[in-house]
Amino acid sequence: MAINWFKYSAPTTFYGLAGKMIPWFAFFAAILFAIGLYIGFFVAPMDAQQGEFYRIMFIHVPASILSMFLYLIMAGYAALGLIFNTRLSAMMASAIAPTGALFALISLWTGALWGKPMWGAWWLWDARLTSELILLFLYLGFIALHASIEDPRRADRAAALLAIVGSVNVPIIYFSVTWWNTLHQGSTIKFSGTSMHIAMQQAMFTMLAACWLYAIAVVLARVRSIILERERNTAWVTQLPGIADLSEVKQ
Amino acid sequence: MKKFTMLDLLVLVIRRDLVLAMRRRADVFTTLIFFVMVASLFPLGVGPEPDMLRKMAAGVLWVAALLASMLSLGRLFSADYLDGTLEQMMLAPQSLSILVLGKMTAHWMVSGLPLVLMAPVLGLQFDMSAQAIGVLIIGLLLGTPILSMVGAIGAALTLGLRGGGVLLSLLVLPLCIPVLIFGTGAVEAVSSGLSIASHLSLLGALLVLALVFTPWVTAQALRISME
Amino acid sequence: MLEVSNLACSRGDHRLFSGLSFNLLPGQIMQVQGVNGSGKTSLLRTLCGFLMPDEGEIVWRGESIRELDEEYYAEMLYLGHLNAIKDELSALENLRISAGLSGIELEEKEAMAALRRMGLRGRERLPTKVLSQGQRRRVALARLLVSDATLWILDEPLAALDVGAVALMQELIAEHLAKQGMVIFTTHQPLHVAGMEMRTLSLS
Repeated sequence: MAINWFKYSAPTTFYGLAGKMIPWFAFFAAILFAIGLYIGFFVAPMDAQQGEFYRIMFIHVPASILSMFLYLIMAGYAALGLIFNTRLSAMMASAIAPTGALFALISLWTGALWGKPMWGAWWLWDARLTSELILLFLYLGFIALHASIEDPRRADRAAALLAIVGSVNVPIIYFSVTWWNTLHQGSTIKFSGTSMHIAMQQAMFTMLAACWLYAIAVVLARVRSIILERERNTAWVTQLPGIADLSEVKQ
Repeated sequence: MKKFTMLDLLVLVIRRDLVLAMRRRADVFTTLIFFVMVASLFPLGVGPEPDMLRKMAAGVLWVAALLASMLSLGRLFSADYLDGTLEQMMLAPQSLSILVLGKMTAHWMVSGLPLVLMAPVLGLQFDMSAQAIGVLIIGLLLGTPILSMVGAIGAALTLGLRGGGVLLSLLVLPLCIPVLIFGTGAVEAVSSGLSIASHLSLLGALLVLALVFTPWVTAQALRISME
Repeated sequence: MLEVSNLACSRGDHRLFSGLSFNLLPGQIMQVQGVNGSGKTSLLRTLCGFLMPDEGEIVWRGESIRELDEEYYAEMLYLGHLNAIKDELSALENLRISAGLSGIELEEKEAMAALRRMGLRGRERLPTKVLSQGQRRRVALARLLVSDATLWILDEPLAALDVGAVALMQELIAEHLAKQGMVIFTTHQPLHVAGMEMRTLSLS
């Protein structure tokens, strides 16, 4: 069966499709979180050097990975929207930004909590932490620029350009920060031991998958609200069941 | 009637912006005074020990230069936007990128170059060695144009927005971090007797990259903002 | 020459116009009419390429203006609500720079002659901030005299002008049309060009 992808790139059809997909993603995200946390807290053994403290990495590492990948995906959608002038891609980009920023924040927060017992300080100017902080700034810049432009089309396009410039800059920033850090001989979190225990790996991958599913569910939910907001004056939105009731109440 | 070539147009825009800056000299001086003031506040904040100040000098001067150049970026396109000149620039029969490059150049000459010239004096305040001051100047000469060029993207994106100035810094400062790192790294390297070649060549590479890409990106941003 | 087909344009959620088609030939003049907010300025800005139309196409000499880009800009002149002149510069400097931006190197003599014809004799070297609103508009309009563009797009060219200047504008437009030029404009004041049929385009 040939699927007409372009059909789903129209906000109208995507709205319905996303609505059907969200419960599934949310459901599996919740199950995987439960499994991952169980393995992480009860099955995985204590680390020889880091004791119980290392368990925070089951949240820290997936959050860091997600924050970086989401930025690239966001920039990709932004580029699609800018080049092909597709509205849905631009909406996706602005729907991803808050989730990406949230993961960057979680990554920083858990990094600091991990750093206190390991380094004896909440914050060290570790290369990865510093890059993560800059990534958070880039997310905030995107969100702030989008929020301060009233015309949604201009907001989409301006923020898209910023995201693309940012994504070109990310490798340069990462490289320069790493270099700066080695120059100053800062410390970086390093894994003890040569290989991770198999249960640690399982917990890590389960948590990573759970975070991905959560991110997808949340982004789809957010994109649905953006679609509603942008298309509030169109016929199909006013005929949606919940909204038709609302307008009757108003009258 | 003689037709203008691309180079003529570039020169025209630079000359125009320099003439305008000369007739509004106060703007140039506020940037410079801000730079001097920020740099002078640091010793008051951290204490007068010469050893510590010497160690901090490069970083302080670079951060002050970064902040000072943010200050003047807001004006890069806004006056032309408000009086309609920007519309005419977009209708020029040459690529908008060329005009943008002209404006970037003029902006650097008015707000970046004075900082570079002022830096040695401030370096002496921080008791930097002559060698370190020399490297600082070379770094600033390579780095401040990048600040003007990357900043121009932000200025174009925030054109005509309320609270654009603060937003501009939020967008541009993270993108300028590599320049800060390599610029201060070079001074540190020379102070500890290491080679400065890698830092400065990386700064040079960034400058070339910025020269190639930022005028085009800024032109696109201007088109978006003019809609 | 200038063909517009099925053009649609909106600002935010609001659709200004759609299905707009017209064709402008050398020597023709067209007035865009409509109440405030009907999209006159948006139409002109779309013709300049500032705004991207939602639908439709604008074709100049058989090619889309998106493709032509700078070649199209070399043949058109736009005068908007804003005068595009700098307060700090003199009328002479302003005129020479705006001519430069449109790709023409203007000698001082030519610029002086143009400004004098616009009735600015003796004020050529004053900074424009000391000039009145109408005089500044005249400085901006002087660009029409020194331009070799075929298509003039004028948004409210008569705003802030006195009777004498309006007459002068009518004269300029007539000259331009006689040279097989084309004019699209908006105005709220009557503008009569002798011996020319004025086409009108109404936006509602």
